[in-house]
Amino acid sequence: MDDIEVEKITKRFGDFTAVDEISFTVGHGETFGLLGPNGAGKSTLIRMLTTLTPPTAGSARVLGHDVVREAGAVRKSIGVIPQVMTSDLDLTAEENMTIFARLYGVPKDRRKHVIRELLAAVQLADWLDKPVRTFSGGMRRRLEIARGLVHEPKIFFLDEPTTGLDPVSRVAVWEMIEQLKRERDLTVLITTHYLEEADKLCNRVAIVDHGKLVALDSPLKLKATIPGNNVLEVSFSRVPDGWSETLRALPEVSQVTATDHVFRIASNNGPRTTVELFEAARRADISVASLSVQSTTLDDVFVHYTGRQLRDAPQENLHYDMSFMYKPR
Amino acid sequence: MQRVWAIIERDLRKFQHSPFLMFASLVLPLSQLVILGYAFGGNLKHLKVGVVDQDGGMGAVKVREMLQAVGATAKTFSTVDYSNLGRAVSDLRNGRLNGVVDIPPHFTRDLLARADPRLGLVVDNTDNFTASTLEGTLTSLVNDYYLNGIDARRQPTLQLKTVEVYGYTPYIKFLFPGIIALSIFITAMIGGGIIFIDDKARGLHEGYLVTPITKTELILGFNLAGAFKGVLAGLVLTIFGSLIAGVPHPLDPMRTFKMLLVICPAATAFISMMFLLMVRISDPLVPRAIFGVLNTLLYFPSGAVYPVNAFPRWMRVIATVDPFTYAVHGFRTLLLKNTGFGAIAGDVAFLVVFSVIMTAAATALFQRTV
Ligand SMILES: Nc1ncnc2c1ncn2[C@@H]1O[C@H](COP(=O)(O)OP(=O)(O)OP(=O)(O)O)[C@@H](O)[C@H]1O
Ligand SMILES: [Mg+2]
Repeated sequence: MDDIEVEKITKRFGDFTAVDEISFTVGHGETFGLLGPNGAGKSTLIRMLTTLTPPTAGSARVLGHDVVREAGAVRKSIGVIPQVMTSDLDLTAEENMTIFARLYGVPKDRRKHVIRELLAAVQLADWLDKPVRTFSGGMRRRLEIARGLVHEPKIFFLDEPTTGLDPVSRVAVWEMIEQLKRERDLTVLITTHYLEEADKLCNRVAIVDHGKLVALDSPLKLKATIPGNNVLEVSFSRVPDGWSETLRALPEVSQVTATDHVFRIASNNGPRTTVELFEAARRADISVASLSVQSTTLDDVFVHYTGRQLRDAPQENLHYDMSFMYKPR
Repeated sequence: MQRVWAIIERDLRKFQHSPFLMFASLVLPLSQLVILGYAFGGNLKHLKVGVVDQDGGMGAVKVREMLQAVGATAKTFSTVDYSNLGRAVSDLRNGRLNGVVDIPPHFTRDLLARADPRLGLVVDNTDNFTASTLEGTLTSLVNDYYLNGIDARRQPTLQLKTVEVYGYTPYIKFLFPGIIALSIFITAMIGGGIIFIDDKARGLHEGYLVTPITKTELILGFNLAGAFKGVLAGLVLTIFGSLIAGVPHPLDPMRTFKMLLVICPAATAFISMMFLLMVRISDPLVPRAIFGVLNTLLYFPSGAVYPVNAFPRWMRVIATVDPFTYAVHGFRTLLLKNTGFGAIAGDVAFLVVFSVIMTAAATALFQRTV
């Protein structure tokens, strides 16, 4: 039995389908990534798996418990970090943890010990009695990660744990998640729209777009499945008619996509294609304005499967953004 | 039960760390008590009354003497003599006078002939308070005049003597019980309305809902924590308000105990009503928008500021189902009459039943999913 088993799970809001017949399983000890742009349906999927939203169709089991019929058993066995920061600003780090320890029924004599241990693990031991109001975004996130583990669950759900953090804090959070997972033998399901994050943390990645699962494999295999070992990003002084076709006909080229005069060319042999590219440009009497050659990344995988780049995705879903009503941080 | 306590603990710690809620729920009621209490409480004084003597006889002189006497002693009004009724009325219209007493020609003659002598009173009826004060003062004056004055033989037709059972109650004391209820209500509005919905919109509730807590535990926790804060506000206001309104022995232990018997169910009633109203709301603007509406709809019809008996029927219907009415009645009974348990039993019973119904309805409507 796998730790998480998802079977054709679907969520509709009215006639809008946010999650569309997604199926996958997550084995014990795995770190599983859900990668997708804003509005892809990642949070909705996590909400269904963590019993917050009932699925419209399909089913899911966590540690063998059905998320609808045995919601209570599921809740006891999972730790959840929602996408929005939910630590209480008016309380101290320890108070925040204590409330959740009590909500999970952690016995009083264990509480203090567990809380101290976890706060030390996320390097907040010195901030135990400081109000969360004084924390940076990264510290809040780490506190929430510790809070999610206060009842020592075996399965840990994290919804975009690093969104909005600066690069340094982001790396710190990744390292903490990896370490906690190792020390506590966790199964982790994490959503993200950072490709490096999925690449670095996850054993397997599911790419989700418009509610649909479009690809699922290890980052390595995903990169291997797409055509080409290199990606050329190139722009020209002028774009003649039928230029895409000309580029596609160059040797070793497997795919060409164009966005705003920038051509992405997947190639099995970067250097060779580059030479031919300049030759073709000379023949057409145009010049190469810019050129970069990279080896394939998850980014390219994403483009391959969804036809667009992750960073082109529509901006932040504002559903929960109330920042306008509050003081910053 | 452990989980209920977790919710309560969280709420009270939050409260302890940011006592703004307490402050807010005391300042508005206390300032209302002072401002409204003194603004509406006093008798009207220093009005100006024009006197037009078109008679000039000794009957008229007597009337003018009596009017001046009122001005000198009760200070309700002072008199200004006019020779011309038209000018006096025009000054009344311009707001230079509050009323005009007209002593018509032949007043003394009619008086002596006992031919139904009449005095005229012209009032500015855009201001009914002033008009009725003047009318009342002059009526009693005229009665005195006939009884003790020249026409001593005339029999009084009706004599009404009012017996006051509790001694004179100034308006500020009348208002005070409503103000206590108001402070509890504001605590519920802020804690159970604004803060509750803000937490929900910020996703804090999502954090709770992924834990094994049941919805009954969650609502019970929120209700008890909210009620506790309401009780605190009610108690503090009872003590400070007593000092301001001049209720004797603000710390009388027996009365404080009886007050708690009403404050506790009142706080529970308000907070549980708030949760029922907010159970399906997620927009943080809603509680802010309905704050004023709810206040007007529940506070004013309750008899807190004006006796319920003076209201039209539809408003008395609101008063009947309004928890404010019972809270105010209970507080008023205890603070102004200092009676026993029997007098508040009905109020307490209503508030308890009301709380139970509200909590049950909120629990039924609460969605554990988001
Ligand atoms: N309660 C709801 N009612 C209606 N539509 C909803 C609701 N919740 C989510 N949606 C819609 O479902 C889609 C998927 O939303 P979801 O929050 O799952 O996306 P996401 O992948 O988590 O995006 P993000 O990266 O912004 O967090 C969005 O178009 C969103 O507007
Ligand atoms: Mg999301």
